[in-house]
Amino acid sequence: MVVIDATGRPPMASGAVPRPVRSRNPLDHDVPTGREEAWRFTPLRRLRGLLTGPDADGKVSVTVSAPAGIAVEQLDAADPRIGRSYTPADRVAAFALARAGGATAITIPAEAATAEPVVVHLHGESPRAAAGTAAGVAYGHLLVEIGPFASATVVLDHTGSATYAGNVEVHVGHGASLTFVSLQDWDAGAVHVGAHAYSIGRDAKLRSFTVTLGGDLVRLSPTVDYRGPGGDAELNGVFFTDAGQHQEHRLLVTHTPRSCRSRVTYKGALRGDGAHSVWIGDVVINADAVDTDTYELNRNLVLTDGARADSVPNLEILTGEVVGAGHASATGRFDDEALFYLQSRGIPPAEARRLVVHGFFAEVIDRIEVADLRDRIMASVAARLGETPAEDEPATPAGAETVGA
Amino acid sequence: MTAAVSTLEIRNLHVSVETEEGPREILRGVDLTVRTGETHAIMGPNGSGKSTLSYSIAGHPKYTVTDGSITLDGEDVLALGVDARARAGIFLAMQYPVEIPGVSVSNFLRSSATAVRGEAPKLRTWVKEVKASMEALEMDPSFAERGVNEGFSGGEKKRHEILQMALLKPKIAVLDETDSGLDVDALRIVSGGIEAVRAKGETGILLITHYTRILRYIKPEFVHVMAAGRIVDEGGPELAAVLEDSGYDRYVKGGGAAAPAGAGAVS
Ligand SMILES: Nc1ncnc2c1ncn2[C@@H]1O[C@H](COP(=O)(O)OP(=O)(O)O)[C@@H](O)[C@H]1O
Ligand SMILES: [Mg+2]
Repeated sequence: MVVIDATGRPPMASGAVPRPVRSRNPLDHDVPTGREEAWRFTPLRRLRGLLTGPDADGKVSVTVSAPAGIAVEQLDAADPRIGRSYTPADRVAAFALARAGGATAITIPAEAATAEPVVVHLHGESPRAAAGTAAGVAYGHLLVEIGPFASATVVLDHTGSATYAGNVEVHVGHGASLTFVSLQDWDAGAVHVGAHAYSIGRDAKLRSFTVTLGGDLVRLSPTVDYRGPGGDAELNGVFFTDAGQHQEHRLLVTHTPRSCRSRVTYKGALRGDGAHSVWIGDVVINADAVDTDTYELNRNLVLTDGARADSVPNLEILTGEVVGAGHASATGRFDDEALFYLQSRGIPPAEARRLVVHGFFAEVIDRIEVADLRDRIMASVAARLGETPAEDEPATPAGAETVGA
Repeated sequence: MTAAVSTLEIRNLHVSVETEEGPREILRGVDLTVRTGETHAIMGPNGSGKSTLSYSIAGHPKYTVTDGSITLDGEDVLALGVDARARAGIFLAMQYPVEIPGVSVSNFLRSSATAVRGEAPKLRTWVKEVKASMEALEMDPSFAERGVNEGFSGGEKKRHEILQMALLKPKIAVLDETDSGLDVDALRIVSGGIEAVRAKGETGILLITHYTRILRYIKPEFVHVMAAGRIVDEGGPELAAVLEDSGYDRYVKGGGAAAPAGAGAVS
């Protein structure tokens, strides 16, 4: 793709990663004004009051389909397992924890090896709402615990519509291996704000995929912490931001034990007026985290004028002894030469663009080993690409922006 | 059974590109006729406008035709979009094929064949057809699963271009320096692929080259010399032999591509 702006700053030159207030009490978190680093990209008015913790007047139903041997429980609010891996880092997350009234817990026993994925359907019950019309408010909390040396695949499938604040805590046991997919396939009217906290045990491996396609506003904050050396976290993401949508992914990976690895790869495509994506990639390598290996990448493909992609990688390194630490961010247009090449083989312009977008995402999506899901995501992207009449004019320059930290 | 003969006619073609200093004329009146079954070579020094001619035939948006015409069997090619030209039977093997990350060769070939043939080829015969064509070009089957031109070596890119030509069966194929950057082995294989298409007699080939070595494998009936945006000399295979010995010096005495209009047109 054509690179408009690449942030190739040497890692050591990056700024300090902000440390948020952490508290379960919503009132310990200031009401944002919109000028804070953590909120400056988010259109606060479109959060539909989630910052003030309104009473729930909507519903997100949770249905779990799990292979035998996997425990699915409803925990009450006082259960000590809730909040073990995650302390809210902002007001919406604190309200979500306070108002969820318990949690759905999924526990994969030690040494279990389940080939079949656990699928959690989270369905917003508000009647199919158009963009801009308020869907009912709902809160949720989900706990996923993978026992030591177990291996599992867990899929969260968000559909329907709601104004939803929901946290997810994922506790990966020592030596365990988890593939975790969170698919945001909301209807157009949904608002979804959530913290996805991953706690990685010693020698454990996480492969996560965050796929955001639908919704009016989606703001997810995936965080990774390691509880021992040898942890490996792969955070993959794909988003397709259509006209009027705001999709924000704020990642924070904190390397504290030694010899852990992290890889962040997010790819986004944007199209149409007012499409806005935000990607924040914060990585902290603490003083004792020697032998750390980290790389984060965000690539955005801006398909039309009027769309805006903000991309801010930030790496803070407090030890000199790392294996690797790097980041890259690039936002560009369709590669006109690639489109010409495809068309010169008889492929019509709209299909050529579809192929290029498909290929752009395939690098990430093809890593998902659940074939059904992979196909559904690609089909959803294709449908969204084909939905509105694609202008047959190649996109003209300007309109894309990359913002440095 | 032979297909009807198709004719690509280029008349008085003038082509400009947009540069920072304004439009710059690169082609200054090119005339050329290529029929199916014929093989033409266009030879010329670097910068003489050979790629510009190829891109203009294929319809690359960077090149603006300011005068003249291109027709295929009387139909106005210049009025067609890039994809429609390909579907009409024009093929360009590019000098620098483009990478399309994440789009597999097999998906790409099938999409192209579907577009050019007007219907999706039957899966069973298609698989056989691709396999046979790949074998002829000594391409490993694993190639089909790679991204289009992604990380391909120079030789792999050119084989891939010729593979596409073999599968798309164009009426007119323009091969822009398909020979350049190939080692002896790759040149032999790629030439074999071109020769196989030519032998069917259903494709007119416009072989663009800077060197004469590919002409040891593929014998053109017509040789054209291009310099400073014009065809400055024409002849049969014997002209290639002359160029082999004397090079382009006598055509570019005036200073080659950067020369003002009229220079280099010595014949
Ligand atoms: N897109 C372009 N922009 C500016 N100049 C160009 C462009 N394409 C070709 N040219 C110029 O036109 C001339 C002919 O180029 P080209 O057609 O590539 O020649 P050849 O293929 O014979 O080497 C050269 O001087 C080249 O620099
Ligand atoms: Mg050239």
